[in-house]
Amino acid sequence: MLRKTLERVPEQYEEFQTLSGIPVERLFLPEQKDYLYDLGFPGEYPYIRGVHATGYRGRLWTMRQYAGYGTAKDTNQRYKYLLKQGQTGLSVAFDLPTQLGYDSDHPLADGEVGKVGAAIDSLQDMEILFSGIPLDKVTTSMTINAPANVLLAMYISVAAKQGIAQQKLGGTVQNDIFKEYVARGNYIFPPEPSIRLVTEIFEYCAKNMQKWNSISISGYHMREAGSTAVQEVAFTLANGAAYIEAALQRGLGIDQFAPRVSFFFNSHMDLFEEIAKFRAARRMWARIMRERYEAKDPRSWMLRFHTQTAGCSLTAQQPENNIARATLEALAAVLGGTQSLHTNSYDEAYATPTEKAVQIALRTQQIIGYESEVVNTIDPLAGSYFVEWLTDEIEEQAMKYIEQIQSMGMGEYPMLRGVINGIESGFFQKEISGAAYRYQQQVDNGDRIVVGVNKFKIEEEDFEKTLRIDEVTQSAQVESLKKLRKNRDNKKVHDALEQLRKAAEGNENLMYPMIKCAGAYATIGEICDIMRLVFGEYKERTEF
Amino acid sequence: MKKNKIKVLMAKPGLDGHDRGAKVVAQALRDAGMEVIYTGLHQTPEQIVEAAIHEDVDVIGLSILSGAHHTLFPKIMELLRQKRVDVIVIGGGIIPQEDIPKLKQLGIAKIFTPGTPMEDTVKFIKEKLKNKIKSV
Repeated sequence: MLRKTLERVPEQYEEFQTLSGIPVERLFLPEQKDYLYDLGFPGEYPYIRGVHATGYRGRLWTMRQYAGYGTAKDTNQRYKYLLKQGQTGLSVAFDLPTQLGYDSDHPLADGEVGKVGAAIDSLQDMEILFSGIPLDKVTTSMTINAPANVLLAMYISVAAKQGIAQQKLGGTVQNDIFKEYVARGNYIFPPEPSIRLVTEIFEYCAKNMQKWNSISISGYHMREAGSTAVQEVAFTLANGAAYIEAALQRGLGIDQFAPRVSFFFNSHMDLFEEIAKFRAARRMWARIMRERYEAKDPRSWMLRFHTQTAGCSLTAQQPENNIARATLEALAAVLGGTQSLHTNSYDEAYATPTEKAVQIALRTQQIIGYESEVVNTIDPLAGSYFVEWLTDEIEEQAMKYIEQIQSMGMGEYPMLRGVINGIESGFFQKEISGAAYRYQQQVDNGDRIVVGVNKFKIEEEDFEKTLRIDEVTQSAQVESLKKLRKNRDNKKVHDALEQLRKAAEGNENLMYPMIKCAGAYATIGEICDIMRLVFGEYKERTEF
Repeated sequence: MKKNKIKVLMAKPGLDGHDRGAKVVAQALRDAGMEVIYTGLHQTPEQIVEAAIHEDVDVIGLSILSGAHHTLFPKIMELLRQKRVDVIVIGGGIIPQEDIPKLKQLGIAKIFTPGTPMEDTVKFIKEKLKNKIKSV
């Protein structure tokens, strides 16, 4: 039967592959499985079927659009718009000077102020950013890494001014410095002091902010940089294990901080590969935490994650097609059991999205959540011969990478040392840029089809309806910064910064002096300059 | 006298950390027989121009995705003019169509936007340098 069909209609390719290059058979058949060991039940170890016992039947995922541009005032308006449209959580995008610890009037900030995110120089800007938004009623995710401690200190201070105790605050600080060295590029200090800052947030949150996610370990940016799905899972979980070891090294008890560890993944175009990836990641983390690090609290075993659709899958050509792409990618995230989701806007291959484009992106999630009925049952793809096989395959390949990374380290904390060595030797960066190059070669020679780019092309009209950040933003921001420096109590600022310097030279948790600096309206540049002085700056390798 | 090999400086001006495109194009140019140097992230215009002079490159590739091209590209072009550096400058990244004519007026030879096949960039450089380089 098969032979006849093949003779009549030969298959289009000799080998079929997932987007990440895993060979896929024509047909998958049942495999012997120990159901309880390999799969288990939702809300139970090893969590492959999800971290909640009732899936989305109790509550849908949090719809959380990453947003920020211009001044704090511009962004505050966008947040109010998104909340009015039915968004259920906030996600702050900071501009690059903020993410790199420079004030808006620093020479390196020229041209970057208010682009790609909101410009935040001091507590004053944070107060404006959240004005009229009660911080005990929303959860806030902040994409901030190298200066995460500074922004968290400012957030706590804003809440205090709103009369809200820090214990009540819910949200996430990204606080994942490893992936900055590997893929995202927004690092300031060398690895050792950076790890100190990361674990100080763990320690501070365990004591003072039990509802706050103290890290969001991110594979998203590695995938954007061109990694495969396997690399994304492997490098992210390796980084996760390294953070666990760093916290243990600091003397924290694993079940004190691990329940507040969260993750962030990409959702790309290969529907089944992505679903399998999310499922594999959950089972791997559960086993790593329980078997390897002997965590006892089930919450420490659970991999909870945020997902964003793949920015790198957006095309500048026929941009409206990106709505279809985001839909498929969002569906994969939901079928994979995500806890929160950002859907990209169709115009993002050009610029920061317009209000209209963001609305469509949010509506895409709402249509999946409220119209498609995919949320009715938990982990609906479980038991698919193909999806279960692919889940196992991704786990197996990713575990091999993790073992390789471990073998690059040694001593009592081999994953921590292995990851640092992998960063400093350029191992991760080269693995990823190699995969990115191979993918581009496949697109260029037509082995991979990207609709509108290398097939089904049309004469394009100019795409002009983009959001522009004008130069006025920078001058207005610099103006208000100058005013702040003149009007604040500069003696108080100086004393707070001096305390921070002394603490940085010692071993004290810097969150405490940093909250004092924030409260005195010290700027992010002033605070980070103190740390630059004490910790030095990181210089990357420039091989490719 | 003609040189043997095209030398390219791949540069990341500004603060954005996205260098997938820069690294992919760098690999393509290297595979096409060119010598490619990558500056790394977070470079100032001064650092880029200094590196171009120091390495005596034929081409500078500027990659920027943050939207700061309006501020940084003119600064780089002005510095190159002041220092009388004879070099072809090309650019790429997230750059809206409507901005391209202005950037070309500055003397940037070409802006490669998302979706450009790598071969197009290779061909463009080789064509521009056919009178200067032997092996082209």
